[in-house]
Amino acid sequence: MNNSLQLAWLIPFFPLLGFLINGLGRKSLSKSLIGIIGSGSVLASFIVSVWVFLQVKGGNTFDAVYFDFISVANLNIPFAFKLDQLSSIFLLIITGVGFLIHVYSTSYMHEEKPEHFGRYFAYLNLFVFSMLLLVMGANFVIMFIGWEGVGLCSYLLIGFWFKNTEYNKAASKAFIMNRIGDLAFLIAIFWLLLKAGSVSYNEIFTTATLDKLNGTDKIAITLLLFIGATGKSAQIPLYTWLPDAMAGPTPVSALIHAATMVTAGIYMIARSNMLYSMAPLTLNIIAVIGLATALLAATIALKQNDIKKVLAYSTVSQLGYMFLALGTGSYVAAVFHVMTHAFFKALLFLGSGSVIHAMGGEQDIRKMGGLNKYMKTTHLTFLIGCLAIAGIPGLSGFFSKDEILAGAFAKSPILYGIGLFTALLTAFYMFRLYATTFRGSFRGTHEQEHHLHESPAAITIPLIILAILSVIGGYVGVPEFIMHGAHTLKDFLAPVFAESNKILEPHELSHSTEWLLTGISTVLIVITVAYAWSRFSKKADTAEAEGFGKVLQNKWYVDELYDKIIVQPLNGLAGFLNSVIETKVVDGIVNGVGRLVSYSGRQLRWLQSGQVGAYVLLMVISMLLFFVFQFFIRK
Amino acid sequence: MIALLLIVVPLLSGLLSFFVKNERTVRSWALFSSIVTLVVSGLGLTLLNKPANLEFEAQWLGNLGSSFAIKLDGMGQLLCLLTAISFPVILAATWNTSYKKVNSFFGLMLLSQAGLMGVFLAMDALLFYFFWELALIPVYFLCSQWGGERRIQVTFKFFIYTFVGSLLMLIGIIYLYQQTPDHSFSIASFYNLKIPQQSQGWIFWLFFIAFAIKMPVFPFHTWQPDTYDQSPTAVTMVLSGIMVKMGLLGVLRWLLPVVPFAAYNWSISVSTLCIIGIIYASLIAMKQDNLKRLIAYSSIAHIGLMCLAIFANNKISLQGVMIQMFNHGINIIGLWILVEIMERQFGTKKMSDLGGLAQKAPAMAIFFVVIAMANIALPLTNAFVGEFMMFNGVFQSTIYDGSYTLLGSIKLTAKSFGVIYTTFAGLGIILAAVYTLNMIRKVFYGNSNELTNAATDISTNEKLVLSIIVVAIFMVGVFPNPMFELTNNIVDTIIEKTNVAPFLQQH
Amino acid sequence: MPINYYIFLSIALFAIGIVGVLTRRNAIIIFMCIELMLNAVNLMLVAFSKMHHLAKAGTVATAGTDGQLFVFFIMVVAAAEVSVGLAIIVMMYRNIHSVDVNFLNRLKH
Repeated sequence: MNNSLQLAWLIPFFPLLGFLINGLGRKSLSKSLIGIIGSGSVLASFIVSVWVFLQVKGGNTFDAVYFDFISVANLNIPFAFKLDQLSSIFLLIITGVGFLIHVYSTSYMHEEKPEHFGRYFAYLNLFVFSMLLLVMGANFVIMFIGWEGVGLCSYLLIGFWFKNTEYNKAASKAFIMNRIGDLAFLIAIFWLLLKAGSVSYNEIFTTATLDKLNGTDKIAITLLLFIGATGKSAQIPLYTWLPDAMAGPTPVSALIHAATMVTAGIYMIARSNMLYSMAPLTLNIIAVIGLATALLAATIALKQNDIKKVLAYSTVSQLGYMFLALGTGSYVAAVFHVMTHAFFKALLFLGSGSVIHAMGGEQDIRKMGGLNKYMKTTHLTFLIGCLAIAGIPGLSGFFSKDEILAGAFAKSPILYGIGLFTALLTAFYMFRLYATTFRGSFRGTHEQEHHLHESPAAITIPLIILAILSVIGGYVGVPEFIMHGAHTLKDFLAPVFAESNKILEPHELSHSTEWLLTGISTVLIVITVAYAWSRFSKKADTAEAEGFGKVLQNKWYVDELYDKIIVQPLNGLAGFLNSVIETKVVDGIVNGVGRLVSYSGRQLRWLQSGQVGAYVLLMVISMLLFFVFQFFIRK
Repeated sequence: MIALLLIVVPLLSGLLSFFVKNERTVRSWALFSSIVTLVVSGLGLTLLNKPANLEFEAQWLGNLGSSFAIKLDGMGQLLCLLTAISFPVILAATWNTSYKKVNSFFGLMLLSQAGLMGVFLAMDALLFYFFWELALIPVYFLCSQWGGERRIQVTFKFFIYTFVGSLLMLIGIIYLYQQTPDHSFSIASFYNLKIPQQSQGWIFWLFFIAFAIKMPVFPFHTWQPDTYDQSPTAVTMVLSGIMVKMGLLGVLRWLLPVVPFAAYNWSISVSTLCIIGIIYASLIAMKQDNLKRLIAYSSIAHIGLMCLAIFANNKISLQGVMIQMFNHGINIIGLWILVEIMERQFGTKKMSDLGGLAQKAPAMAIFFVVIAMANIALPLTNAFVGEFMMFNGVFQSTIYDGSYTLLGSIKLTAKSFGVIYTTFAGLGIILAAVYTLNMIRKVFYGNSNELTNAATDISTNEKLVLSIIVVAIFMVGVFPNPMFELTNNIVDTIIEKTNVAPFLQQH
Repeated sequence: MPINYYIFLSIALFAIGIVGVLTRRNAIIIFMCIELMLNAVNLMLVAFSKMHHLAKAGTVATAGTDGQLFVFFIMVVAAAEVSVGLAIIVMMYRNIHSVDVNFLNRLKH
């Protein structure tokens, strides 16, 4: 128990403290103080996380148990944190990227009133706290606490500008869709409790425990967990909330809806990798769903004109990629992509925030253009982000994407083919976005043009740091065929996935095949980038979409479909129950009984005519009947 | 002694209140009395927690076989604590609400507290029935004198409805009393009864209908939204926060252990009713524009889940019910307090009339969101622990297993029905999110309108009261274990008494 | 004289009384019919009392006296009733100038 990692509670504690101070003192504290507390608490967590990471790297993995959360009969859920290779990587991403985004926010949100500024940082700190719980939890219940916690923060932050009804609806939508996934997650937890008798990773993920589960159990549990993941990580069929979630402030989109929260699903599956490896059917489903999401979202992104919407669909698509990696058993590749994606997608979102800031709130790329002349730093970092996500060799996205595609090829060439096609689409729409925004000539109003400026240092410095990370972030995972033993990430994570690798026995591709695949994809991607760059630099895509393009612009009408087949029937049913069943049937029966009583009373009242003679007659007849009954019938 | 004080303090102070004329005095007196009760309850939990203090027995209708036997067991402790916390909170929160004939109002409130305490403490069936009615009658007057414009009609329905249930229960009690060898109403004699399996069925329904009306469970719920809507909010808090627990306690203490076979045989039917009720009430809640009715339907859904968990009948689900009885009371009283504040300020409880309150009254918005989130069982709030346990218990319950014949011909072997039941009941938590978020959006978000432009935020004493509730929410949400320890023994007893498995195997 | 004769007479009187009460509307006649029924009962009681007394004359000295006692009670009650009833009828006549009972359906309301 004397492990120094017991102190890991400090990591979530700082943001929680920041939340309480900023939340309660939002009216009395000055903006700069709020910013310092908000960012400082995350920085403190980051420092502790680095220390934890170094400890873990030194071979010290530890389960820190604090107190019994629930302990009834055989149900025992401790409040415990698990600190191992996987969680320490995520800790670094969350607190590191989180800190940069907090710093960025101090400038980006500076125009808000102090109390809203404080509220914003309180929410952001609460989010970091929940996310840390999610990642650090040593059992599924603690993960679930964080899981719903980040959902709540996401809800609060999407609806941060609460005067706007549309934003609030987007926030509710995000929360409700997440709840659908959460229900599946909960049921998976119950199932595990029933069959495996525990929720702690250490106890579940052992061969002895997992052997207690039969095939159905494994498939059901993994599928249910995966449904949970589709909610949080925006996969088919529960992805439609994420693009709408762009209603929130841009740093929020960067932190929650790109870098951290949406990768929770990947974390969960990577954490349960042993269970998933034993359920090949689920893995196949995950691969297919992941790929389908990646493709669908990429096609939608082709025709979006809102800078944040493009990035949002790009996020959905990249998440699909990560699920493809999980589905093909390349867990390391998935985690690797989470990391690189966190860098470049946060960079892109923050860059877009900088652009939006400069444009005075304008988000439509058709009204931008030629911004490279006005915003040097933003332009350069944004370009790096685009190159990284497109997968240009040497940048981080290249390595992680390549590893995913190689894993897909090992599983099935079809998966590889579609995956590669999606990668080309990604390159295309990213450079459409880049060229339309930064190249060509400015298409906005004069007033906007006059207002254009580079953002202040609090915004550009995080951009620069993230740009550097987007470049070098890939070198922790240089593939085997390029340089032997350079995949340090794989080696670092090896203990987490050791058991899975025994079960799955992934067959390695030969080095020549890998060279070939990489070569093909690189050439195709470079061609696509060049094409998109030149095409949209010359003439921006400002025409109204027609035909198939219109379908894409309208997101394949999925929202409308959901509205038709789920929302409206449910509303109709609720209305019917409310106005007909409840009042006419259920309450009708109750009132009917009452009415029957008073009706009978009214009818019997005619006997009470008030005529003395009638009473006497009744009396005589009754007595006669009584006598007849007494003497003749009853024997 | 503690047990007796819990009844006597509110009873006497309630009777005294009728004779106090000054409004401030009577308010202070009622608040003081309820705080004394809280202190007594707290002492019972801590310093004076000895068996001798927690039991009391005196002569009462001795020749009928009934005695004034009261006892604080784990469940009693929990519910008395809930009652004892609720009353000061309710009285403080409605401090600024004006009532006509204020002395009678507070007198009746305290009398109903005494009745409630009695129901939770009674260990004698006749005494239980006595307190059951004693709790009902003050509420009848409170609703019919101080209620909204449709109060007479609504209260009449409420009274008749619950009274029919009570009378059915009385028949059941008298029947059971006849069956006891020593002609006694004491709970021990009832528990020792060996009623033939065949005749347990109708006894079960006599009691269950009474409890189902009180809880209420679909389809016996229609009195409830109207009554909650029309009662003065302080009374609604008592009704929804505490009184519904009478039904749950009744099932747990007076029904399951007495007729375990019937409870076992009817569990599928009752559970199905509960699940229909959960989804049904949640769907209807989505369509409400009246805040009070919305919360009423939400409460029906939550109570349905508790009833479902009771019939799942295993340790985890029952512990979940125990803690959730407490949590539900705390959370819903919190919601009512906020609704009361709004109604007092704006004179409306329609969501469509409100809007944009978050910018005008941020503190109110924060409290409302926190309590609403607790109401939909977000983790680290109290209700999460309860719902997690209840769902978990339902999921692993084996009570649904067995063979069934549907429509006379279709044979069905049920195994793992728990999965299906949990899934359907779980739809309730999704729908709960839908209506709760809608409510928050319509009331607090968006732009303010003419009515809410002049809104003022909640006052300091209201903040204080709501803070108590929020603290309770997180205390129980993060450290639920002391609660579980409190009710551990009583749950074991219920499980032991209701264990029908050994008898079933003999057949 | 056999007891049957008494019984028949008394039943006849009683039946006349009942029919009178049921069919007549004049309060005074109804009143008289009620008296008739009471007297039918009295006659019955006296007849039975005599019969009992004769049957047990040798053994029980007081046999059958209670029947005659009852007759006195009934006569007292009947007298009381007459005084109250007639007073009511008189009041009724003063108020509505009629003794027709069909006007008296206020009980209905």
